[in-house]
This record gives sequence, C-alpha cells and structure tokens, in this order.
Amino acid sequence: MTTKIYIPRDAAAVALGAEKVAKAMAEAIAARGLDVLIVRNGSRGMHWLEPLVEVETADGRIAYGPVKARDVGSLLDAGLLDGGDHALCLGKTEEIPFLKQQTRLTFARCGVIDPLSLDDYQAHGGLAGLRNAIAMAPQDIVAQVTESGLRGRGGAGFPTGIKWKTVLDAVGDRKYIVCNADEGDSGTFADRMIMEGDPFVLIEGMAISGIATGATKGFIYTRSEYPHAIAAMAEAIEIARKAGVLGASVLGSGKAFDMEVRTGAGAYVCGEETALLNSLEGKRGIVRAKPPLPAHKGLFDCPTVINNVISLASVPIIMDKGAAFYRDFGMGRSRGTIPIQIAGNVKHAGLYETAFGLALGEIIDHIGGGTASGRPVKAVQVGGPLGAYFPRALFDTPFDYEAFAARDGLIGHAGIVVFDDTVDMLHQARFAMEFCAVESCGKCTPCRIGSTRGVEVADRIAAGIEPEKNRELLADLCNTMKFGSLCALGGFTPYPVLSAMTHFPDDFQPAPVVEAAE
Amino acid sequence: MNIHQPRADIAETTLAIVEELKGREGPLLPILHELQEEFGYVPQDCLPVIARELNLSRAEVYGVMTFYHDFREHPAGRHVLKLCRAEACQSMGGDALAERAKRLLGIDFHETTPDGAVTLEPVYCLGLCSCAPSAMLDGEVHARVDAADIEALVQEARR
Repeated sequence: MTTKIYIPRDAAAVALGAEKVAKAMAEAIAARGLDVLIVRNGSRGMHWLEPLVEVETADGRIAYGPVKARDVGSLLDAGLLDGGDHALCLGKTEEIPFLKQQTRLTFARCGVIDPLSLDDYQAHGGLAGLRNAIAMAPQDIVAQVTESGLRGRGGAGFPTGIKWKTVLDAVGDRKYIVCNADEGDSGTFADRMIMEGDPFVLIEGMAISGIATGATKGFIYTRSEYPHAIAAMAEAIEIARKAGVLGASVLGSGKAFDMEVRTGAGAYVCGEETALLNSLEGKRGIVRAKPPLPAHKGLFDCPTVINNVISLASVPIIMDKGAAFYRDFGMGRSRGTIPIQIAGNVKHAGLYETAFGLALGEIIDHIGGGTASGRPVKAVQVGGPLGAYFPRALFDTPFDYEAFAARDGLIGHAGIVVFDDTVDMLHQARFAMEFCAVESCGKCTPCRIGSTRGVEVADRIAAGIEPEKNRELLADLCNTMKFGSLCALGGFTPYPVLSAMTHFPDDFQPAPVVEAAE
Repeated sequence: MNIHQPRADIAETTLAIVEELKGREGPLLPILHELQEEFGYVPQDCLPVIARELNLSRAEVYGVMTFYHDFREHPAGRHVLKLCRAEACQSMGGDALAERAKRLLGIDFHETTPDGAVTLEPVYCLGLCSCAPSAMLDGEVHARVDAADIEALVQEARR
C-alpha cells in the first residue's frame, strides 16, 4: 500500500528549507525503492516546527519537525513510514496542544489536504456550502451570512451580510466580487496561508458571494511579495474552471461566475479598498473619497463586494453548517472564529484559530510561550503597522473588536507582533511615521505631510531638543492625522505612535545630554 | 550625444505584450508586470506605445508606473536581495541584519553594487512574520535569517 508523506509547500516552510527536504525525501525514497507518495500540503500553522513532515499511518498522522534535509536518512532508518520513534517525532499531529486547543473552522483543511486536489477538498467537506447556496434564493443566502454575525476580517469589522445586501439591492448591468488579498500588515500571514494551503475555500466563498449578489466576475487582488500564493491560486482557479465550479454555469446551476488573480506592485496603501479598486482599474493606487461606497460604485463604477480573504473563506462553512453554528462561537458582537497570527519575538509563532474572546496575555504567554529570546515581553503590537502597542498592563484585554477599540487599539487583521524588553518605543513610533511617509498615496495632506513631520519631531525628541514641547507637538500632529486623513493609513498611524507615548513614557524622555568639558 | 534614440526592438516587444493583454479589464498593471518580467525594468520606450494602445496620455502611464515600488525605471543588478524591514522582523533583529548586509555589499538600500551584481532593496513584509527575520533573493524566500545566513546569501548573490 502506498504511504503518504506530507511536506508543506507553504512559503514559510519553503523559506525554512521544505523544498530541500522534499527533494531529499524523493531521492531517498527512490534509492530505497519505497512505495511512498509525497503530498505537498499547506502549513498546519505551527511555524516553529516547520518544515513539519507528517506521515499517514493506521493510527492517524504522525508529525516530525523541524526537519532538515540531512535528517531524511535517519528518519527513514527510524521507520518513518510506520510513524517510528525519532528525536524529531512530535507524536500525533492532532494531539499537539497548540493545534488541539484550536477551533478550526476557516482553516479546517489548511495543512490537512493537498491544496490543489479538488477531490481531496470535497472529501473534507468542500463545496457543500456552494451546493446549498445554488439551491437558495439570493436574499436567503445574504440573510444567512448576515445572521451568522460574520464581520470583515480585514480589520474594519463591517458586517459582511449588510455589505452583500447593499450590492444585491444595487442596480447595475455588471457587478463584481473583489477579494482583498493585499495582506501587507507586518505580523499577518493568514491570507497567504489560506491561498497556499486551501485555495478552493476562497474560490468557493467568492462563488457564493457572486451568486448571492448577482455578480458574475471576481478578482483576487494580492501582493507581488506572495509568489507562492499567486501560483497556487492561479492553478486552483484553472482546476475549478475545468471542473465546472467556475464558468458559465457554476456546478450546473445555470448561474455564471468566473474569477482571476491580479498582482499588486508593492504599494501598501492598495490594501485600502478604494485604492485597491483604482489599482485594479490600472490607475495609481490613490484613495477615493467615500461616498459613493464601493457597494454602489466600486470597480469600474459598478456595484462591488469587496471583502478580505478570511471573510470570504469563512462563508463556505456558514453556508454548509448554518448561521447559528457559526454564531455560537465568539463573544459580544464579535461572532465566530478568528485566525490569530502570533509573530515576531515569540517562542511558538504561528496561526491559531479560535473563537473571539481569548485574553491577550493568554495568547502571548501560554499559547505563544513568551519571547523567543527568553527575555521579558515589553510590548505587543496588535493589528499591523497601524495597530496600537499594548504593554503587559493591558494583557487582560479580550480578543474582540469592541474590547480593543475601548482601549484605543484595534485587532485589525488579527496579527500580533511580540517585542522583548530591548525594544525602544520611540524608535517604533518613529518607524510608524516613516512607514506612513513611504507608503502614503499622497492624496490628503495630513497623511502625506504629517507623516514626514512626525519623523522629524520624533528625531528631535530622541536628540533631546525641547522634548516636552515636541512631545506635545507629536500628540497634536497625531490628532490632526487621526481626524483629518482620508483613509486608515493616515488615520490609524497615530495608534502605534500615541500608544507608544502613553504606555511607554520612559522611552520618550530626552537622552541624557553629555556636556562637553570646557 | 545625449539625444535619446528610441529602440525599435523595445517598441516591438511592448506592442506584442500590449496586444496580448489589452483585452483584459484594467490591463495596465498586468502589462507593466509583463514588461518588467521581459526587460527586468520598464524602459522609457515602452511608455509611448502603451499610451497609444490604451488611449491614455504618456503622463498617465508614467504616473502609474512610478506610483508603484515594484516597477523600475532602470535595470537592477543581476541579483536582487530584498530584506524585510517591517515590525515583526525588527523584533528579531532585522535592523542589525540590514546593517550587516549593507556593510557586506558596501551599498545602501535602493543601490546596486558597482560590479552590477546585487541590488539591495527594502521590503515591507514577506508574510513570514512567524519566522523572522526574512529575506528574498531573486524571488526565493528565506526565513530566520541570521548573520551567517546573510553572509551566505550575499556571497551567492555576488557570484
């Protein structure tokens, strides 16, 4: 019988040597004449164990990691094919606590299946949501998504069902579904992982969205920094088209929906939805003033659903298991699950999908296991470069849209970057302004000019020039940017700056000036 | 001496690429990507051809091209080394790593070594934040890059 060995094709695994492991494994298998099939799966999300090699045994899947190419020989000698014991053996994959404690709804198949096998996808519950949807009236699909409580996972947290209803009710000859896969926030990689590890779930979610709103064409706008995701998505779309999941008649329903992948060109601001639409149209990625909303006048002035990857990838399970099933997870107005991305200076870095409501400290200290450097945690930045820095004193904050907003933070795309006590928060505040200056689209003054002035003011504080006055000036500048900017880039850059100033005032004290001896 | 001579071969190749892609919705970015793939940068001589074929002004095409960090006006070195400068990589010593790479290559970000071997560029996030710091050499990703790794990468790029 053929034994299956899983070696991830996820970019993080590849960056840690998965290609070399796969090559060495293939050579060793051939040399030993073993009956083995190597499956290139997505990542399970335990990135400190990548490359994580799994073998399918009668007892379930057994994991080994982190595996290097040079370990392949000794693994096979130790009886890898039967799940044999070895220094790198982690036991049953599903029993690893980091994985076992999760609630995997959106990422249920990620790392489990061959991402480019539609048969595998269907064997693990794929397309059930789409099959249900094509039998329903568009209004009913929209109602089910609304009732699930699903909110935009890109960061804004707008109810997905309401957005869809606006597009369904909008009049237009053409409507579009645009998937925002421009995942530029540092500390986030959930979109990349789903596109590389389970691309069909995104295709299914977009097809459901199209059928629900009357849109016939979809675009996935992703980043040029994600070559592996682009390749996986493009191949999956081709497979889905050949199988009749996409095309003139989706699964024989008589309803048309097709899609393609588009690649951005290194502009962070294109993650802002209106800049993204301009970029898709072939223009400069300049932010548009709202209204009109993209739901009324979006891509090429047509009604457009624009949703984040994770929002769309969460739709199939809602259509499969029902609104109540999904809504039963979570807390307050944050329903369902959220793939938390634990990154930076942390021991157990990776993706952890769980219901909303976990305390921040629980995520950092228990799940993440503290810092990788072994030093104390000083700050964590939640929500990317536009998210606030939280000190340990705020570690009781539950992971929930409203709870974070109440403490002048945001969960954004649910990325957490951990810093140890060597970090200089004034430097981080300066970087936030510098990043905004580099990436500003230039349309509005507070963002374009304010960010550059912000860098200068931070530099003056660091140099000990009128520190008190300059701290006030920086806070004032932040308020101008917050309330005067057109989009979240200029509007949210103050979050990391102000939170750094508020929670870490010591780092904003002037450097002791050494007087030159007379 | 400095009078610009449009290169006919560039115009021809550009026309072929534009012809192939102009039927797509919003074709300009796909066209620019394809041109950069073909030439390694987007030569000036492409712009009038694109403008004519897409019924845009040259200024509009130039404006779009220069808006995006990815598109180059000039050829890069034979190898491009990108280092992530974003927060997650900073938390794992990305800044020191970048300084080391600059010293080893003798250049700053956005510069090319005098022998034309390596261009060094910053990148804001490769999505490898859980195994920081990260780098990309000619499209190949590397994670948990330490001092020895960066030396190996620089050496590989120098060849």
